[in-house]
Amino acid sequence: MARRLNSGYYITEGFHNVFSHGFMSFAAVCMIVACLLIMGTFTLLAVNLEHMLGELEKENEFLAYVDESYTQEQARELEGQLAALDNVASATFVTREQALEDFLQGREENELLSNLPASVLRDRYRIHVEDIEDMSKTVDLVEKVAGIAKISVMLKVAQGFVLLRNIATGVAVVLIGILMIISLFIISNTIKLATFHRREEIAIMKMCGATNAFVRWPFVFEGLILGMTGAVLAFFFQWGIYQLVCNFVIEANGMSLVVIIPYANMAKRILAIFAASGFVIGVGGSLMAIRKFLQV
Amino acid sequence: MIRLIDIEKEYDNGTKALKGVDMRIDDGEFVFLVGASGSGKSTIIKLITAEIAPTEGRLMVNGYNLNNIRPGQVPYMRRTLGIIFQDFRLIDKKTVWENLAFVMRAVGASNREIRRRIPYVLELVGLEKKADHYPSELSGGEQQRVAIARALVNNPSMIIADEPTGNLDPQRSLEIMTLLERINGLGTTVLVVTHEKALVNRFAKRVVAIENGRIISDETGGYYNGQTT
Repeated sequence: MARRLNSGYYITEGFHNVFSHGFMSFAAVCMIVACLLIMGTFTLLAVNLEHMLGELEKENEFLAYVDESYTQEQARELEGQLAALDNVASATFVTREQALEDFLQGREENELLSNLPASVLRDRYRIHVEDIEDMSKTVDLVEKVAGIAKISVMLKVAQGFVLLRNIATGVAVVLIGILMIISLFIISNTIKLATFHRREEIAIMKMCGATNAFVRWPFVFEGLILGMTGAVLAFFFQWGIYQLVCNFVIEANGMSLVVIIPYANMAKRILAIFAASGFVIGVGGSLMAIRKFLQV
Repeated sequence: MIRLIDIEKEYDNGTKALKGVDMRIDDGEFVFLVGASGSGKSTIIKLITAEIAPTEGRLMVNGYNLNNIRPGQVPYMRRTLGIIFQDFRLIDKKTVWENLAFVMRAVGASNREIRRRIPYVLELVGLEKKADHYPSELSGGEQQRVAIARALVNNPSMIIADEPTGNLDPQRSLEIMTLLERINGLGTTVLVVTHEKALVNRFAKRVVAIENGRIISDETGGYYNGQTT
């Protein structure tokens, strides 16, 4: 008798399984949606936090003051050396006149400062770093450059940003891991119930010469259908929830501090991640569940 | 062909089910395997269907050496066997046709093959008009005939019937056994495991008697005089 991969049969059986114990399938899909939503929410939070920190990082800089004995021409010559250092994104020369101008901005009414000469200030470099985590190393390197007299840096603020971002990423990763495992067990139990319900059928199939693959495939499709349904529903629910939160945040702070990434900008990636998660949860759960019942 | 050579089987709980069993069943034979409950009949069936492995001895089934068969080969070995159970083991929510079709699909048959084969087998067992019935709508004898049709549908070279008449009245039992004899007449080897003395003696076939895990007699055209429980 001809042997063939009867994919039509497997898919039909997969759908049949889903509908033949509808309540359990519904419960499984709900759990997958819930898990993906929680996972997605924390991931989006981490992504937005990362984005905000990235924006803050762009602003992150420190000041390197040039030795007072250097002329402005000599001070300008340091730019090349500073820009060539590791982790330095840019080194912008600021003359003492410009520095004074910046300092006086907003202090125009202070009479004590009205006749302040530029010579009380030093020429300086505004140095932006590429990676905020390596800022202290960069400060050390800049300090060693001949002609740099002093550094002004708020390392603790920079380190605080790094810590916050790392915590958010860590929490997201741990939560994703935990929720993936929970989802896997939920789908596994659903399929286990289905296989238990059909154990007699499976035993008969096995005694008639069905291969493990033939028995396994309909359940794999069942898991896949449940996983993907959950993923698609979770994607749209996530969209709705995200929009609601966005609207709330915008109303609350008028977009002055918090910059939120629009959902549409991430939609493709989110859908791909949810679909991959649904696939892993559905297929993985099925394979976990069916293993025991194949030993006939 | 089935060949058991010095087969010993000891279960994990220490029970010695078979003690040096030697048996050969050639193609085309009709054999009754008889013995009281616990004598070792079911263990022999489980060994032949590769549900369990022997502790000692050599076992060949339809060209497969079950002593060193790879797990992936077991389904293909089982396709050479058709198995009939005492409790029919039909799927209640499937019709007679679906009960047969799903075991054909299990071995990769196409819809065309299924449409061609099932009517032939149903006619063979006299159930051609019951194809759309569910098992619960059939009598015990009819259900067992569906089970026989299911065992036959993949065209195995051997039918193994494990107490096929255990749940049937004498008249239905006779019908089932007559049907199995007819199937044997078409060239399929038949091994019937039973402890129904009257039925065995009526057919005058080869009778292998087992007691306490040992074969105590093996006679062609023999009789069964043992206990019936």
